[in-house]
Amino acid sequence: MSWPLFLARRLAALVAVLLVASFLVYGLLYLVPGGPMAFLLGNRSGSPEQIAAIRHEYRLDDPFLIRYFGWLGDALRGDFGQSLVYRQDVSDLMSTRLATTGLLVLYATVIIVVAGVGLGVLGALRRGTVDAVISLVNSIFLATPTFVVGVLLVIVFALGLGWFPVFGPGAGLPDRLYHLTLPAIALSLGSAAFLARITRASVGEELRREHVETARSRGFSQSHIVRRHVLRNASIPVVTVTGLTVAGLIAGSVVVENIFALDGLGSLLVRAILQRDFAVVQGVVLVLVTAFVLINLAVDVCYSLIDPRLSPGEAT
Amino acid sequence: MKARLGPLGLATVLLLGVLAVVTACAPLLAPQDPNQPDLFNALAGSSGTHPLGGDALGRDVLSRLMFGARTTLLGPLFTIVLSTAAGTVLAVTAAWAGGRVDAVISRLLDVLFAIPGIVFALVTVAVLGPGMTGVVAGLAVAYTPYVARVVRSAALRERNLPYIAAAWVQGRSAVAICSRHLLPNLRPIIVAQSVSALGFAIIDVAAISFLGLGVQPPTADWGLMVKNGLDSAVRGQPMEAVSAGVLIALVVVAVNLLGDRLGRQEGDLR
Amino acid sequence: MSNDLLVLDQVRLDIPAGRDWRTLVENVSLTIAPGEAVGLVGESGSGKSMTARSVLRLAPPGARLSGRIEFDGTPVLDLGPRDLRALRTRRIAMIFQDPRAHINPVRSIGDFLTEAMVTHLSVPAREAHARAVRLLADVGIADGERRMRQHPHELSGGLLQRVMIASVLAVEPDLVLADEPTTALDVTTQSEVMAILDDLRRERGMAMLLITHDLELAAATCDRIAVMYAGRILEVQSAETLVQTPRHPYTTGLMVSRPSIDRVAHRLPVIAGRPVAAFEAGAGCAFQPRCTQAGPECLTGRPPLRELAGAHVACVRAEES
Repeated sequence: MSWPLFLARRLAALVAVLLVASFLVYGLLYLVPGGPMAFLLGNRSGSPEQIAAIRHEYRLDDPFLIRYFGWLGDALRGDFGQSLVYRQDVSDLMSTRLATTGLLVLYATVIIVVAGVGLGVLGALRRGTVDAVISLVNSIFLATPTFVVGVLLVIVFALGLGWFPVFGPGAGLPDRLYHLTLPAIALSLGSAAFLARITRASVGEELRREHVETARSRGFSQSHIVRRHVLRNASIPVVTVTGLTVAGLIAGSVVVENIFALDGLGSLLVRAILQRDFAVVQGVVLVLVTAFVLINLAVDVCYSLIDPRLSPGEAT
Repeated sequence: MKARLGPLGLATVLLLGVLAVVTACAPLLAPQDPNQPDLFNALAGSSGTHPLGGDALGRDVLSRLMFGARTTLLGPLFTIVLSTAAGTVLAVTAAWAGGRVDAVISRLLDVLFAIPGIVFALVTVAVLGPGMTGVVAGLAVAYTPYVARVVRSAALRERNLPYIAAAWVQGRSAVAICSRHLLPNLRPIIVAQSVSALGFAIIDVAAISFLGLGVQPPTADWGLMVKNGLDSAVRGQPMEAVSAGVLIALVVVAVNLLGDRLGRQEGDLR
Repeated sequence: MSNDLLVLDQVRLDIPAGRDWRTLVENVSLTIAPGEAVGLVGESGSGKSMTARSVLRLAPPGARLSGRIEFDGTPVLDLGPRDLRALRTRRIAMIFQDPRAHINPVRSIGDFLTEAMVTHLSVPAREAHARAVRLLADVGIADGERRMRQHPHELSGGLLQRVMIASVLAVEPDLVLADEPTTALDVTTQSEVMAILDDLRRERGMAMLLITHDLELAAATCDRIAVMYAGRILEVQSAETLVQTPRHPYTTGLMVSRPSIDRVAHRLPVIAGRPVAAFEAGAGCAFQPRCTQAGPECLTGRPPLRELAGAHVACVRAEES
């Protein structure tokens, strides 16, 4: 299989997932007790004119599939309709919040990769006390839900010690990063612990490989062996898990944004669900799923670059 | 199968046992009515009548923790029972039928796998409205592939073993072979996988409750207590948030340890 | 015997197993002269690979290595990390059994060949590349330029083992440790690879310790042969005399249990029982339970290696067989 064919296949799979996901998101609306009308109006009672306007806007008089494809076509052009609550275009609502969520996820990713890979390699190379301490801390972080970590961080570092602001996104890049530090740590701890565990296992396994013995027999120093022969070979599971966890951060950010009152996509989604603002729910979920799937695709491409045996140029 | 428990295993079993008792007998054990406001106890610290103090409305935190164990643990348990049942049926059907049926089921599971569980649950909550029903329904679907994928590959392996062929030759029906022979042999792997999924489910259910989209007040729930406790903490009383948060973490640690152990035993059996 | 390149004297290797120690190599004494090829023959588990690894101190982590190992007059077991690395880089090189596992799969052949030259010998990258291509030609790989860019999974086992041999030649060591260099290869390429290794070794005057389970192969390529069983050396003789007059019953057993084209046998004679490792052996001669010649005197103590008509043999009844 060649590179273009490989990419084409993966993209086709991606499109299939997105099609099904969008169909689910759009179609579930019709399962609501009382039908789409009840959902659209939510708890509000509408005047006949309002109802007629909604019926027109959401094309409720058309057959289902036509409405779905109409919505999908608009969505592809970046038009997700209008929010019933905000009276604004959903795409505008999302674009202003995308930066906050994106910055938060990026910040957390950096922490995860640096801390996770660093601690994992350290644990694998220094068996004994250091390793045991890292493993114990990892187990605790792994089991603690993001929102609990977040709340505890707020209590200790914001309310108790006063080192960080409690809520809000901040203004200007340095101040924003400062405001995002606690949220990013909350978001990253569990994933960093998981990555550290995977890295430790992978590096430990690679250190026992025969080709490492060859390198030893040729008189290379431990640091040379780790740099040239262990890290890259051990990086496949590490890249996989990094990709999975970063994709997972997209879901985690929903929770963290709510703790720290950050105005991102996640808090927009939760508010939209509570207010039954369904155009916003559809738009945000579609964006989140798309990001999730795209990251997974990026991970697959990374494999092939790291390990020549997995390259699509190989006939397998 | 008898493995030595060790101190860690003993602590795990003890913790889960105590939780099971508390969950079952909360009305008998709780020192106070969990829903009884008491203005004198609002945001109070530890005292004789209220060992863990009171929440913002003065309700007894310890009693609320005891009652909260029910929603916090039964919701995820129900989720996993549903997804394990669905996942096992799908997996065994796919492995047994093979061919096109297998392809369709596998692709379906792949697609489900491509959507993060919590986002899926948020969609069902959006449709069904906030509450435990939407959360359990959404997560049960989202967790189905987690169980099904592993069970399918195990079932495929098992299916090709001679004893299945022997039962087939004896003229047993497919359903009989699956239920009498295949499932009992798959049980260890199903149990191990479900228990490790349970750890994730507890986290997800609590997180959705924390967002205010799961269990609705005034019902006691640990996730909800962390949410309300955050407000109390801002007003100077972190006890509620910390105790509920630490309990969630402890339970997940215990369940994960159990899952690891079952997984290892399952690995040893192979 | 100060002109020996390598001296092993009473070498013993134990590895930790739970709270106990397991002996893998026991009381091994052996010498190799410069340019000499010595075969170390034994079944799997006899400790022959571990003996070779001991020379480079490549024993498994936590292992206890004792006795005396002297290379060119330097005591190997007393070397500091820097001197040990120097010994490994320039003086002694090892060829491993399974080149597919022993060459890093994610790096190119070129990387593998030039790595040591560039890192240890400070050869400029371009010159190292040219030298690697020449080395590939020496081991019979003609299209070196193309091979240099390829990865291990694109080469056959035989080609990979030639690459491994080329990498050893690159540093021109005094001693080559060859651990079953042809066992993992197809039968058709085995003799080819062995011939290349043997020729190049002789050309460059390198000594070799050949680890193999194949007595005939050892006899064909080596000057002297040591036979190992359960972590001990049972017999040492020059290759010619060993084949004609094996002194130890175990050696005799190894010779007759080999299939041969010249001889028709309906059922090959076998040595009854299974080979044991050093830590499994009882108090007497380790081979005694499987030995057809065994008598009551074989049960008292491990027989020491003693001289008998130019050979060294560890059997109390060697004269009788």
